[in-house]
Amino acid sequence: MTSQAAEGRRRLVGWLLGSGITTSVASFLYPLFRFMDPPAVPEATVNEVSAGKVGDLKPNSGRIVKFGSRPVLLVRVSETEWRAFSALCTHLDCTVQYQEQRRQIWCACHNGFYDLNGRVVSGPPPRPLESYEARVRGEEVVIARRG
Amino acid sequence: MWPSGTALHRRVWGWFEDRLGLNSVRQFIAHKRVPVHSGTIWYYFGGITLFLFLLQVATGILLLLYYRPTAGEAYESVQFIVTRAHYGWLVRSIHSWSANLMIFTAFVHMFSVVFLRGFRRPREVTWLSGIGLLALALGFGFSGYLLPWNTVSYFATKVGTDLASDLPLVGPALARFLRGGDEVGGATLTRFFGFHVAVLPAATTLLLILHLALVQKWGISSPPWVEERDRGSGRRAADLAFFPNFFLREMIAWYAALGVLGCLAALFPWELGEKADPFAPAPPGIRPEWYFLAPFHTLKLIPSRLWILEGEQLGLIGFGVLALGWTLLPFWAADREGLERRRLVTGAGVLLAGYLITFSLLGYWR
Repeated sequence: MTSQAAEGRRRLVGWLLGSGITTSVASFLYPLFRFMDPPAVPEATVNEVSAGKVGDLKPNSGRIVKFGSRPVLLVRVSETEWRAFSALCTHLDCTVQYQEQRRQIWCACHNGFYDLNGRVVSGPPPRPLESYEARVRGEEVVIARRG
Repeated sequence: MWPSGTALHRRVWGWFEDRLGLNSVRQFIAHKRVPVHSGTIWYYFGGITLFLFLLQVATGILLLLYYRPTAGEAYESVQFIVTRAHYGWLVRSIHSWSANLMIFTAFVHMFSVVFLRGFRRPREVTWLSGIGLLALALGFGFSGYLLPWNTVSYFATKVGTDLASDLPLVGPALARFLRGGDEVGGATLTRFFGFHVAVLPAATTLLLILHLALVQKWGISSPPWVEERDRGSGRRAADLAFFPNFFLREMIAWYAALGVLGCLAALFPWELGEKADPFAPAPPGIRPEWYFLAPFHTLKLIPSRLWILEGEQLGLIGFGVLALGWTLLPFWAADREGLERRRLVTGAGVLLAGYLITFSLLGYWR
């Protein structure tokens, strides 16, 4: 066999070996990276939750209510008016709170303020808070998804 | 313009060489040789055991991403891994199968060292560190068995820690230490998790470094009959360059081991079983992992009381004496004049291997 032919065969073997190893390494890495990617866990869809009795919250005050796995801020604006918003700040996901003196919703992380319609008043939040429906059913306050 | 392939390679190599002194490593490796004789194939099993250990570390780290070490969540988290996480069943199956294969190859490696006389002077400490590594591997197996918190593992741990309490003097304290209390429960699981992912890996890493450093320092041993034959013939002993010749063969062995492991893991995924219930009766057929079957079956055969000792205590003392004698093998394998007791060593090796195989099979079938 000429040295040229031997060289060609060596190159072919090298190519087969290299591509075989590359393919197997890829086949090992694919499941590895897929495993590290957490699977989506479906949550039970919650459309409505009870937020307690009417008397639990005095006018001009607010509290966080669990809505499925997410926090919702319930605000009793006056004796008869109730509002509810997603309690997750649209800036960086911190949980907001109601400030009685200013009658505004405040995010302590970066000092963002929202009004009682969920609109941004000041600070870095880029969007208004998602609004929920809050209504009184008998003696009970109920929070529901809009739409 | 970019330098050509070879020039780029030289520049990259040169950059690292200037900073790390890689040439000395390359020269060191180039001088390492592996003896070639009819038993050379057995030299691969130490490397395969190392490879399976590395796989254990890698898959163990992956499992840690989802595993939760509490009695309330452990079973559910493993269930999540095997049913919901992408390829989770494969990762867990590879972890479990490679653990079992690692212990099997470690035993093969140990017996090959005995039959090829690899423990002889000056390699006594290499042998001792190897025995220590095998003990740690069994510790990994025992502690890891409980982690899925299923019925079989729960009762196996109860039996295992109860056996420890039968040890003379230290038994009760040792059992309490292992269980993290008087009973096997959540505290035991947390403790075993700590042993499994922190204490045992740290100890194994240190001992493994010592073991490999000693293998490197003393080189790979030739059996005495090969040495004698070569001395008698006056020829240079047949050997093989470690790098690249033996190294590439070892890589093929690792690849084959990976193939076997992949087939086992994919075709026979490790089962999860039922969640442990401390208030449920032990189901029939409870038995430990296969590598504890021989002592498990032996204990079944020992009468409940012999002379002043309880059967379990007698068994434990017997196993202790056997383990100590086996550990000290390099020190009784030759007489005071240095003459090797070849028949005695081979006989002891055959007897031990025979006992382990026979009693494991009996324990499996009965």
